[in-house]
Amino acid sequence: MFDDLVQFVLVLIVMTGLTVAMGKWLARVFTHERHWRIERWTYAVLGADPAEPMPWQRYAVVLLLSNAAMMLLGYLLLRVQGLLPFDSLQRAAQTPDLAFNTAASFITNTNWQSYSGESSLSNFSQMAVITFLMMVSAATGVAACGGFIRGLCRKSAQDIGNYWVDFTRVLYRVLLPLSFVIALVYVWQGIPQTLTSEAVVTTLEGAQQHLLMGPVASLESIKHLGTNGGGFFGMNAAHPYENPTPLTNTLHILCMLLIPAALTYTAGSMLMRRRQGWAFFTAFLVMLIGALAIVYAAEQHGNLNLARLNVDQHTSALQAGGNMEGKELRFGIGQTSLFVAVTTAATTGSVDAMHDSLTPIGGLVPIAEMMLNNVFGGDGVGFINLITFAILTVFIVGMMIGRTPEFLGKKIEAREMKFVMLAVLAHPLTILGLTALAVLWPSTPARLNNLGPHGFSEVLYAYTSGTANNGSAFAGLNTNTPFFNTTIGFAMLLGRYFTLLPMLAAAGSLAAKKSVPEGPGTLPTATPLFTGLLVFVVLLVGGLTFFPALALGPIVEHLMLASGQLF
Amino acid sequence: MSTVTQTPMPSQANQPGVPLFRGMVRPALVSAVFFMLVTGLAYPLATTGVAQLVWPAAAHGSLVERGGAPAGSLLIGQNFSKPQYFHPRPSATLGPDPAHPDQSVAQPYNAAASGASNLGTTSKSLVDQVQARAAAYRSENGLAADAPVPVDAVTASASGLDPDISVANAVLQAAHVAQARGLTPQQVNALIEQNVTPRQLGVLGDPRVNVLKLNLALDAVNATR
Repeated sequence: MFDDLVQFVLVLIVMTGLTVAMGKWLARVFTHERHWRIERWTYAVLGADPAEPMPWQRYAVVLLLSNAAMMLLGYLLLRVQGLLPFDSLQRAAQTPDLAFNTAASFITNTNWQSYSGESSLSNFSQMAVITFLMMVSAATGVAACGGFIRGLCRKSAQDIGNYWVDFTRVLYRVLLPLSFVIALVYVWQGIPQTLTSEAVVTTLEGAQQHLLMGPVASLESIKHLGTNGGGFFGMNAAHPYENPTPLTNTLHILCMLLIPAALTYTAGSMLMRRRQGWAFFTAFLVMLIGALAIVYAAEQHGNLNLARLNVDQHTSALQAGGNMEGKELRFGIGQTSLFVAVTTAATTGSVDAMHDSLTPIGGLVPIAEMMLNNVFGGDGVGFINLITFAILTVFIVGMMIGRTPEFLGKKIEAREMKFVMLAVLAHPLTILGLTALAVLWPSTPARLNNLGPHGFSEVLYAYTSGTANNGSAFAGLNTNTPFFNTTIGFAMLLGRYFTLLPMLAAAGSLAAKKSVPEGPGTLPTATPLFTGLLVFVVLLVGGLTFFPALALGPIVEHLMLASGQLF
Repeated sequence: MSTVTQTPMPSQANQPGVPLFRGMVRPALVSAVFFMLVTGLAYPLATTGVAQLVWPAAAHGSLVERGGAPAGSLLIGQNFSKPQYFHPRPSATLGPDPAHPDQSVAQPYNAAASGASNLGTTSKSLVDQVQARAAAYRSENGLAADAPVPVDAVTASASGLDPDISVANAVLQAAHVAQARGLTPQQVNALIEQNVTPRQLGVLGDPRVNVLKLNLALDAVNATR
């Protein structure tokens, strides 16, 4: 207990320190006047004009078009995998529906995987499709956030910056160099980085063991820095080659939080309202700590059904105990709970334990975090989602006192509220609509790994994860079918672009406005009161929307666990 | 609220006459290929080059050799069922059925296909499996029929390749290993103590025992006697 608390506090302190350093750097990336030589060269290759100011519509269309081209290229490379000569294990190409799902999954920063990495992808595909899409989808999110923050900052402006400049700089100045350095630290800790596909060894008892490997470290570093989450191996960051030590586990956690947390500081810095940045950061942090506390308590308490069999789940000097089905011993309950809370907060979706085997309440937390979708959130989009709710908060407060709501010195009017509501509604509509469709679909029961309420949770988790662009799973559900591949593929695309685009529109609309001086009726937004209101609105809207679905899944399962009912 | 009024928006269009899509398609298409080459090939290949130069053994999976031949990786668990070895945690990995290659059967510690049970806490299948494992563990280690068993000894890990067991689990297995090898329990317990992996940097993770490392140490003790 005490040892675990020390780890939690340590991670949160280091994360806060990194927030300042990375936040400052990102602000410089978004505002620096000069282009690096390699960037100018890149713009020339692309045929893009870095000096062109882009209104939000053009910024959004460039984003969409380039993402579409990248997704298409990824799809094609997956489809021709079987024709490429490089794979000693001769893994076959993915089917059309699976390749669509995979390409959609990685371009939207979701990293849902209906396949198992080691049996389905060659080392070439792991690099040229997966690593590539992980890099560019993260850069897309961070770039969009740069344009978004610029929109909040500007007054009477027609443009929100240049997409190509934001995108290229985020890649060259942040993601590529950091990924490279962290990948080398990972190799030092034991994550393989080789072009060989396997090593065959003879075990002490004389059996043959095929150890699959490949360029894992370079994928692993961008996977967490980019809040991507897709594993090189089927069992993701639980696999010892993806996550060999508690140190790599801790680094994974810090990498996931790095950019989403830093963007609060970046925004405060660019807005010249540092306290505002910290107010947003605190809102994120409060929700994360709450989630962590619940997961940790539930998992350390263990599985009542195993306690009935006299399985010792208590913490002692010789064991950490807890609910250990689907968990790795080197992480124990402490590191695992931290990972569970962070991976669904930062919508990474990497897993170092099987979420399907979490206790009902421990499993409720990741679902709920993805439903809220803004407990730090993914690279770039998490911050944008939080601002969505911040605008909703000033609007609700404005309604209560009968004043025109203002946010960061701009009047919030009907036009912005329409965009905000579109973004707020697209998320639950996709999750609940597709979950309802899937549970009515005749073949769904045959795909479940667990029966009873836990089976419903598996389906709910899948669409929540897809829509929130998380990518983790209650992995017992077999989703490699045309129905699931297609619907989850669409959930990911809707969840990504129908929250991103309306908010870029809102930013463009705010950028065009004059700033209004603060008056006595202005609600100050950099205060603890506002942070509290913001968290309250997030929980209220999320709770009202999703509580019935959660009641059918994890909550009723928790009650049945207490009564010893088995399925 | 009457104060929320719709004001006419300033023109959001581009400069008059410039269509929204002008000059966009080529950069979008080129960017896909160009950034694939940079981030999908140049970056991982450069990382591979440097990693192979600086940490060649780690970059190739941290293999251990015995008698000149690779015997496994200390990071990846192995299946042990003989009484002279410490046994790892249960593993849910599958492998192809030798009789029907298109079907899967249980194949513990199959490093070519990591896997977990993915069973929830209220799963009857999970409870049945744990009950059977607990009974087997008690009889292997000479425990009473209702003795508590360490949770890691009867639950499957997330990867199916967990290289570690808890110290509690190792200590309970010491008796059967000592007997099978003709060692004293004190000797085996001393070996366990030497092979406990402590918290990393003093704070991270939980203390644990690497099963392959411990079993290699046991073989080394017997070889020198």
